[in-house]
Amino acid sequence: MSAIALTLGPVFFHWSPDRLSDFYRRIADEAPIDRVHVGEVVCGKRMPFSDPAWPEIIERLERAGKEVVLSTLAAPATVRERRSIEDLCTDERLVEINDVTALPSRSGKPFVTGPFLNVYNEASARFLIQRGATTICPPVELSLAAVGAMAGACPETEFEIFAFGRLPLALSGRCYHARIHGLHKDSCQFTCERDPDGLAVDTLDDQQFLAINGVQTLSNQVQAFCPAPADLTSRGVRRIRLSPHTCDMVEVAKTYRALADGREDPKAARFILSCLDLPSTLVDGYAHGKPGWQAATSI
Amino acid sequence: MTSGRMELVCPAGTPATLRAAVQAGADAVYCGFRDETNARNFPGLNFSAEELAEGVRFAHDHGSKVLVAINTFARVNDVGLWKKAADTAAECGANAIIAADIAVLDHVAKNHKQVRLHLSVQAAAATPEAIGFYATSFGIRRVVLPRVLSVQEIAALNRAIEVETEAFVFGGLCVMIEGRCYLSSYATGKSPNLNGVCSPPEMVSYDDEPNSTAARLSGFTIDRYEPGEPVGYPTLCKGKFKAGGKTSYLFEDPVSLNAGGMIAGLKAAGVTALKIEGRQRGKGYVTEVVRAFRKAVDAVEQGGDAIEIDRILAGQSEGSRQTAGAYSKKWR
Repeated sequence: MSAIALTLGPVFFHWSPDRLSDFYRRIADEAPIDRVHVGEVVCGKRMPFSDPAWPEIIERLERAGKEVVLSTLAAPATVRERRSIEDLCTDERLVEINDVTALPSRSGKPFVTGPFLNVYNEASARFLIQRGATTICPPVELSLAAVGAMAGACPETEFEIFAFGRLPLALSGRCYHARIHGLHKDSCQFTCERDPDGLAVDTLDDQQFLAINGVQTLSNQVQAFCPAPADLTSRGVRRIRLSPHTCDMVEVAKTYRALADGREDPKAARFILSCLDLPSTLVDGYAHGKPGWQAATSI
Repeated sequence: MTSGRMELVCPAGTPATLRAAVQAGADAVYCGFRDETNARNFPGLNFSAEELAEGVRFAHDHGSKVLVAINTFARVNDVGLWKKAADTAAECGANAIIAADIAVLDHVAKNHKQVRLHLSVQAAAATPEAIGFYATSFGIRRVVLPRVLSVQEIAALNRAIEVETEAFVFGGLCVMIEGRCYLSSYATGKSPNLNGVCSPPEMVSYDDEPNSTAARLSGFTIDRYEPGEPVGYPTLCKGKFKAGGKTSYLFEDPVSLNAGGMIAGLKAAGVTALKIEGRQRGKGYVTEVVRAFRKAVDAVEQGGDAIEIDRILAGQSEGSRQTAGAYSKKWR
């Protein structure tokens, strides 16, 4: 049993049920990942498409020995969305909370707090731990030092750092995919499905900057924080989160597994990741307490 | 749900604007300390403990309340600074503390039961369950509503919750859900949640180029202006960007919020208090806006019609473009 565990976070993008099934089949069969999050977190309007696919995906993942976590919506609004959160919170599996809406129905049962929930300090962390938080994945803008300080103050709980994927930077009531296509959110025509890794947003001077995914804004650049195992274990950080993209996520998982086991050094791991079919360049500024866009480096 | 007179909550970035807002007719003013515990941590703004105590005396003498914003998220290993700010606000006689962080809410609930707790917009609580959680856990009395809800949704929410609601009606407009936006730290390293700033001025540059001026934030071009065109502040979410083969104000046009025309609708939706944004604004601006909104709110309370309200607020645009934001459903 290795000291550092790997989590596959929820898919942020509007993938078809077929793409989701194919993706998780490979994860189940080939990826050295301990825990897999499933479910829609960005937009409740997508749920009728993906909902029918989840039972089989969950069954397949669990049969392969993965721990499945049910992720919940980050910005619930409608009655249907709120009810979906309440329903998921009754599940015996672990649930990921991404909005305070889920807390009343999950309090007292174990849960993960996702990066959309504002846990910035040890006092907030303790409050949530008392109510059932067993894993805390803090907001992406926090540095490894800050996450480590929380982990040090709450040794009974597992802290997880967002290590790979476009960074979830903002949510809005407005859908930008709809807006860019001259539509409104209520009649969006699901144009977000055309961009399975998000749609790149560049500045007027063609600098790569952000990406949109419906109501969500992500970084254009791909977080690829590759710490040496001791950088995490010395701070009490025991989990690494990888966020799904259309690139070869099995290879990403293998790379991080090798990194966490000390079989690959950070520089080599970054090189392997940079050779994959990623939507942009690699960054890890946040982990070092710097602007998020800054290029990936060693600690 | 409220049947009383709506409360007008006005910004006070300095002791001088606090007095100006009170004299212009604010039912309540909101302000913060001169540090990173509040979400308008700008140079030259905010209050020392002494200034707050004096401001509270002045406001109370004139029948106004003071709400103190301690609404950033406490830094790890430094929560004491946020707790101390809450203690000071309570000692100064603040009527309410506006907070978002669970650590701050918990501290106030346990140690200052006489001070009302208002849930900051930075907490992004938009559902009955979320608001109910804060009410049950910390006894919050009011929630400042995230600027993503339509008037219809606010009405439905008010029917489902026990606490008061406060809605923004005028000033800057965040298009992202506040308290859950890290765009600023992605570009600059500083963010509302961590530092109480968004798109900080020290990272801004205006670069003169052949036939244009580029407004940049941390080197990222946020907008570009032709000669003679008024140059705007490069707030990240109001920038012009390229995406999907189009160049546009992708997130939001450079507009500000004016929901003056929605005051009657917000009252009917059960909103208790109306909030004017702008603690970074000067005395003259605050006086003028507060005076106009005082008249508008009073006119609505007395059953004034939409034309009268429009006339009262007609001068409040500063020549810039305005929107009713998410209160109108098609904004989304």
